[in-house]
Amino acid sequence: MGSVHAISRPVEILTLGLSGEAFALEAGIVSEILDLVPVTAVPNAPDHAPGLINVRGKVVPLVDLRVFLGMARNDDTIDTRIIVVETVLDGEPTIIGLLADKVYEVTEIDMQAIETTPKVGMTWPTEFIRGIGHRNGGDFLIVLDMDAIFASAQ
Amino acid sequence: MAISNDPVETFRIEARELFEQLETTLLDIEADPANKDLIDTAFRALHTIKGSGAMFGFDAASAFTHHVENAFDLVRKGQLPVTKELVEVALLAKDHMRILIDDPEAAPPGRSEAILSQLAAVTGVGPVAVVRSGGGERPEPPSSRSTYRIHFRLVRNALSMGANPLLLLKEMREMGDFTVVTITDALPHLEEMDPCGCYLAWDCVLSTDHPRSAIDEVFMFVIDDMELTIEEIQPDPKLLGEILVEHHAIGPDKVEQAVDRQPRLGALLVEEGLVSHDKVVAALAEQKHLKGEAEKSKKSETADIRVQAERLDDLMDQVGELVIAQARLRQLANAGNDTHLKSLVEEIERLSSELRDTTMGIRMVPIGSLFSRFRRLVRDLSKELGKDVQLTTSGEETELDKTVIERLHDPLVHLIRNSLDHGVGSPAEREGSGKPRQGTVHLSATHSGAQVLIRIKDDGRGIDPVKVRAKAEETGLIQPGADLTATEIFQLILQPGFSTAAKVTSVSGRGVGMDVVKRSIDALRGTIDINSVLGEGSEITLRLPLTLAIIDGLLVRVGEGRYVIPLSAVEECVELTPEDDLRATGRDFLNIRDEVVPFLRLKSLFHLTTPPEPYQKVVIVAAGDMRVGLVVDQIIGDYQTVIKSLSKIHSAVQTFSGATILGDGTVALILDIPRLIDLSHASDSQKKAS
Repeated sequence: MGSVHAISRPVEILTLGLSGEAFALEAGIVSEILDLVPVTAVPNAPDHAPGLINVRGKVVPLVDLRVFLGMARNDDTIDTRIIVVETVLDGEPTIIGLLADKVYEVTEIDMQAIETTPKVGMTWPTEFIRGIGHRNGGDFLIVLDMDAIFASAQ
Repeated sequence: MAISNDPVETFRIEARELFEQLETTLLDIEADPANKDLIDTAFRALHTIKGSGAMFGFDAASAFTHHVENAFDLVRKGQLPVTKELVEVALLAKDHMRILIDDPEAAPPGRSEAILSQLAAVTGVGPVAVVRSGGGERPEPPSSRSTYRIHFRLVRNALSMGANPLLLLKEMREMGDFTVVTITDALPHLEEMDPCGCYLAWDCVLSTDHPRSAIDEVFMFVIDDMELTIEEIQPDPKLLGEILVEHHAIGPDKVEQAVDRQPRLGALLVEEGLVSHDKVVAALAEQKHLKGEAEKSKKSETADIRVQAERLDDLMDQVGELVIAQARLRQLANAGNDTHLKSLVEEIERLSSELRDTTMGIRMVPIGSLFSRFRRLVRDLSKELGKDVQLTTSGEETELDKTVIERLHDPLVHLIRNSLDHGVGSPAEREGSGKPRQGTVHLSATHSGAQVLIRIKDDGRGIDPVKVRAKAEETGLIQPGADLTATEIFQLILQPGFSTAAKVTSVSGRGVGMDVVKRSIDALRGTIDINSVLGEGSEITLRLPLTLAIIDGLLVRVGEGRYVIPLSAVEECVELTPEDDLRATGRDFLNIRDEVVPFLRLKSLFHLTTPPEPYQKVVIVAAGDMRVGLVVDQIIGDYQTVIKSLSKIHSAVQTFSGATILGDGTVALILDIPRLIDLSHASDSQKKAS
């Protein structure tokens, strides 16, 4: 997905907050955003996927993005949301819930304006990050590479 | 009925069934060469494959099949005896036809010619070119001239399925004097009409020297679902009324009534001039109506309908959702005091459980279709191995979920191969040990509660527990001198990398196989029992659930989490006495009626930190002959539940076979009993060894 032709025109992204930082992922894979629902813990599950939720009668794994980014887990707040995305894992269409501390908005970003990730000076593992953009104002916005994240989630 | 929009794909599916039927028939012929019905069945299957193959553009397959069909025509006429060689080459030919139709590109070049020359050697007739094609070609003794009345109507989608009514009419026209009337009564209004649909029917009268069977053959390729009547009539001139009566268009009394009304009709005729024609058309329409009614009642006895498997899966999913919603409804109703609501909920509960049973019933298929596929396997394999083995089967009518049956094929192939390769000895060896030269592999299926037992039993050498133990010690699967029962030793052959075959054959003995079998059976939530008496034979029993989609479960609570234990695995529930609880430090064993049963504390297995509760329970579960107790905090009750598989993200978590949604909408995990038992025994033997 992170290919050459994507760069030429603006893409829709969903911006979200994780532990106070602003991140973004492609809006195309998002199917809905839910308020926090009861989570069933899966004993002995990996840290990045601690539980299961019920999304319209389907059993969906809940993935905690903060684990991939090496961030501490916060307690759930009134702003906590679940971003439901559809992807393909190992050839199987899969629905996944992503835990977010906050969801801001769906906006457009010019992929050209995304700077490649600097190798040094980054707090987050670069393999999960596609680049760094700017929010309308000027805050940094870290664009996540969801393909890389899901690939390592299996 | 069409199940796919692609007629070629539909044809392939039908051809596959024909091939299966053909193979079974050929194997039957081998066993019973004098049976003329079987030969006719084989011939008809070949004829249909040839004809419909050509219709859908599989010319190579059609031309090839033609030669095999010719050979069976000779057999049919008694000009060629049935020999083992003929059946052999016919089976090869059948395999080749299947390739030609499934994937013509994949057919090895020269294979057709090779098989045909083999066939020619058997029949003594050189390969002859395809001279004629289509039906009505077989020379039969000329019969005297007779007249037939033929009425036919193709199915609505016949044209898109590749049928051409003009060709059918042309074929009949070539057979003699032919009169045809097109019936257009079923033509809908233009706006309702499907331009590709076939709305026409034809009434024909044919006077011919050909026998009746020649007319049947014209319709051979389109006969499914079509309306077709062929009857011989006396070629006497008849009154219109008589013909209409014979057409069953109108009862004699109706004709009389019409005759009674004739003055009025005559008046109309005078007025309009065209009424008589319409009247005939209407009479024909009435005929069809009456006939349709009669046929409907006739068909309802044996009507089958072909449904796409995905539709059944969808239906099952929806029923599953319904069961979940109904459980929620029950919970809501029980929380209040509304008796009307409660009685309604009970009614819905009854309906949904009936609906569930019916839906599962639709998915049930007799296992015989699977068993029959192994006859060929055993036949070919025993030949290859120089052994004489017969396959006997029983319980073919036992029904199992279609998905389970499909996924049983590969494991059963492995098990049967093993029996033939390792189990049954060569005829000489068998004679030496006082057994009949011919070995027997018996495949059976029986119901046992909510499970189906499938047994593969042979009268071969049996499994040598000493050899198995030696091998397991050598490969480090067990500690030398470990204390194991015979059953536990036999279970070792299911471990990855285990194979006792001294030499690697093409059939088995690569050390892959039994562990693959175990994994496939695990995936079906089944278990494998192995029994064997050295020198007398072995018996492998597969225990499988009836269906994959819904289970009856026991809902339990551990800490704050709720879990489902498949009820079929539950043997009993006992209380964990404080003495047992305290005593069991390091050695977690219970004494159940003088039997020692190990138990697992789910709380510590799940790394839960909640403090132990005062009245813990132990649920004793079994898989095969192994039993283990699971310590839980509370037993909530039985619970019918729909299984949802876990995603790849949780594939590393091994203690759960799936999840389900509870009445309150939360998710509960389903415990994987065979895995838990393996786990407990693994930690067990570790403890023993240390």
